[in-house]
Amino acid sequence: MSSGALFLAVFLACVVEAVEALTIVLAAGTSRDWRSAITGVIAGVMVLAVIVVVLGPAVTAIPLGGLRLVVGGLLLIFGLQWLRKAILRASGLKALHNEEAIFATELIAARAAPVDRRGVVADWYSFTLSFKGVVLEGLEVVFIALTFGANQRNIPLAAVAALAAVVLVAGVGVAVRAPLARVPENTMKFVVGIMLTSFGIFWGGEGAGAVWPGADAALLGVVPAVAVFALVLVVVLRRATAESSAPGPAGGGAVRS
Amino acid sequence: MSRWIRAFGAFCYDFVIGDDWRVAVAVIAAMAMTYGVAAASIPAWWVLPAAVVIVLPMSLWRQVRTRRQRSSGQ
Repeated sequence: MSSGALFLAVFLACVVEAVEALTIVLAAGTSRDWRSAITGVIAGVMVLAVIVVVLGPAVTAIPLGGLRLVVGGLLLIFGLQWLRKAILRASGLKALHNEEAIFATELIAARAAPVDRRGVVADWYSFTLSFKGVVLEGLEVVFIALTFGANQRNIPLAAVAALAAVVLVAGVGVAVRAPLARVPENTMKFVVGIMLTSFGIFWGGEGAGAVWPGADAALLGVVPAVAVFALVLVVVLRRATAESSAPGPAGGGAVRS
Repeated sequence: MSRWIRAFGAFCYDFVIGDDWRVAVAVIAAMAMTYGVAAASIPAWWVLPAAVVIVLPMSLWRQVRTRRQRSSGQ
């Protein structure tokens, strides 16, 4: 259960973030300069790799009890943030993540920016846009992979899940050469939010000294319970929204987070 | 330098805590309560799930209320 959940959570989170990064890189590459955009991607991946290389061993060196207390708490706070946004999207109170709309917005901004050569980078705008996209989206994946991997004492499995997701998205992106709008990102974000919250509850509780009935098997109860609770909240919010006199859902806009 | 540190701090805050700081405060309080209850040799596994059951709807409700206030103010 735990290894499978570790792989699933990291893989799904990484697919979602990689799709978002791909949209930004595509906008930079297609509208301006591919070489600068790809240089930005490589630089971004290198920064993320350095963070993993530095933080990975440091995190695994922390005793498991302390690690679960700190990381469990952080994961729960972080997971509730994801789940909250996912519930708001599912209930129509927050704009759904729309890669095509984001791509169009980035394209307009990219076309309007002036060309600026710096050192070996022919187009600084393309470089920084891609670099920021990869680093900012990748940081969430690094956080999830390190926290899940360290708690399970299996960072290599988390790394494999992240790498598999990046290779998959990059491969499809190269083949399609368009934003991956058909990926069910909003549903995947919902699932990741459930996983982060559930594992945050479990590890945070253990780290603070709680003993779960059934030990690790308690996760088989916690994950579905969080999922059901989140779905109930979606239904309640949808009804409340429908009953209120407020204007309709905020769908259609382009959001990043 | 201090501007860079401030920007990094703001990024970390936004990255982990996000829109609603009350959620973070509630989680920390619930973990402290878990520790206290467990130290008293009372089963404490239920504290964090209970905290989520209370905190998540409250945070969502705040968001709905803010949205309604913005809509009625327009």
